[in-house]
Amino acid sequence: MMDFWIILTAILVASACSILGCFLILRRMALVGDAISHAVLPGIAIAFLMSGTRDSMWMLLGATAFGLLTVFLIQTLQTSGLQSDASIGIVFTALFAVGVLIISLNAQHIDLDLDCVLFGEIAYVPWDTWTLGGNNMGPRAVWMLGITLAVILLLFGLFYKQFKICAFDPAMAVACGIPVLLFHYLLMGMVSMTAVSSFESVGAILVVGMLIIPAATAYLLTHRLGIMIGLSVAVGIVSAVVGYLISYALDASIAGCIVSVAGILFIFALVLAPKNGLIARLARRRSAAQVV
Amino acid sequence: MNQTSTKNAPLTVNGMTIAYQRKAVVEDVSFTLPEGKLIALIGPNGAGKSTLLKAILGLVPSISGEVSIYGDTYKKMRSRVGYVPQRESVDWDFPTDALDVVMMGRYGHLGWIKRPGRKEKELAMNTLDKVGMADFARRQISQLSGGQQQRVFLARALVQEADLYVMDEPFAGVDAATEKAIIALLSELKQAGKTVLVVHHDLSTVDEYFDHVLLLNKKLIAAGPVNTTFTPELLHETYGGKLAIVSSDGKKALVGE
Repeated sequence: MMDFWIILTAILVASACSILGCFLILRRMALVGDAISHAVLPGIAIAFLMSGTRDSMWMLLGATAFGLLTVFLIQTLQTSGLQSDASIGIVFTALFAVGVLIISLNAQHIDLDLDCVLFGEIAYVPWDTWTLGGNNMGPRAVWMLGITLAVILLLFGLFYKQFKICAFDPAMAVACGIPVLLFHYLLMGMVSMTAVSSFESVGAILVVGMLIIPAATAYLLTHRLGIMIGLSVAVGIVSAVVGYLISYALDASIAGCIVSVAGILFIFALVLAPKNGLIARLARRRSAAQVV
Repeated sequence: MNQTSTKNAPLTVNGMTIAYQRKAVVEDVSFTLPEGKLIALIGPNGAGKSTLLKAILGLVPSISGEVSIYGDTYKKMRSRVGYVPQRESVDWDFPTDALDVVMMGRYGHLGWIKRPGRKEKELAMNTLDKVGMADFARRQISQLSGGQQQRVFLARALVQEADLYVMDEPFAGVDAATEKAIIALLSELKQAGKTVLVVHHDLSTVDEYFDHVLLLNKKLIAAGPVNTTFTPELLHETYGGKLAIVSSDGKKALVGE
């Protein structure tokens, strides 16, 4: 049963991250995902201090608010003339530092381990259960991730065309009357929700890997957005399951193994991709050379 | 461009001023477009041509000025306007194909929830055929040539079935076949009573392709029919010293910058 909950958690993290990751990399916002995943920390800490519990709803709200604040601050710095990479670097490290400060100042009151914040500890997930009216409802993380994934599936199910055109041609989207800013903040809100519900299992650093690596792998393999999203989720889930089995065999960090497997799958795609892979390119060069 | 036609003209701009970081790029521009004509917007680099188009469409903020489209606000008349942005404005490595891009032109008509279906696909396919791109419908967009990409963009605007088209340098960097296809399309649009405003760079083709011109260099220098407005004097005023008039074969050719 332990294994079941851990693998289910990993699969939920992978699915949520892989879908959002596709839109992040297509909008060239991979680093914004990175920034959000760190900057939600003060939101988590403040929500924890204010509510005094690890009640999931408070954490989700607090962290999502900070995620959106991050995006807003980055944009404000950019429009005031700073380069975008510098803006991202300033905002998320500063907010992350505030989070670290709040946690370390209130170490007695906050049951949050900084190591756990950074690297996650998915192995503890099954013990942290949610009790409703005296009934054990299963691990809290699974509920949070399940709700997050449901929100993602619902919003993308309803507004797929809007998210797509906003990613491809935002100017055209504006001209069509699509509220581009609303969909931008919806996407960022979902990234924030995902970051906060995943951070206990894979941590603030590795969640970025789950956001970007499966999506980047899928990007190399297909020319269709729909297929890219499907492949991305597949890569995420395979990484989660295989990563867990490897960590079991090696007795190593689960999250570390999951992201490493994703990295290996990415390298496979990089070498073997049918059109732009290294092998395909070499073969083309060789056949071109033979013609000459 | 008389006063009586102003009320329901395809596009009327009144006192438009646009600035970037306090520096004015477009100053107090006012004009009215005549209906059913092909109109070229010309001027030197940095004259604010693209910026003016974007401000008309609400893509960049303007400091002052009013835009009216067929006698109403742009917001209300949005579905009657088709926009063809510069080709470089999007990422052509995006995972999608030509047909899919053209279908995006229908998104504005579909409302919030409805997804593009068979009707949209058919319409998009017919329009691709019109621009000579039917064979490339399922081609990934990065594998199209510059001219083919431009034709996909045109098809995307056509499929909107608008009445006023606004095109940002559709002729920039395209092959001869595409240029011909665009010209054929423009005259077809004109015959159907549509109005087309085109940012144009090649002065040598203005009198051949267009009915009216708007001459812009931050301020509107002149606006009117090609035969009275596209004159060496007004062009000199627009381009300053950056204009050379070359004569060959007894035919006048103009070279901007």
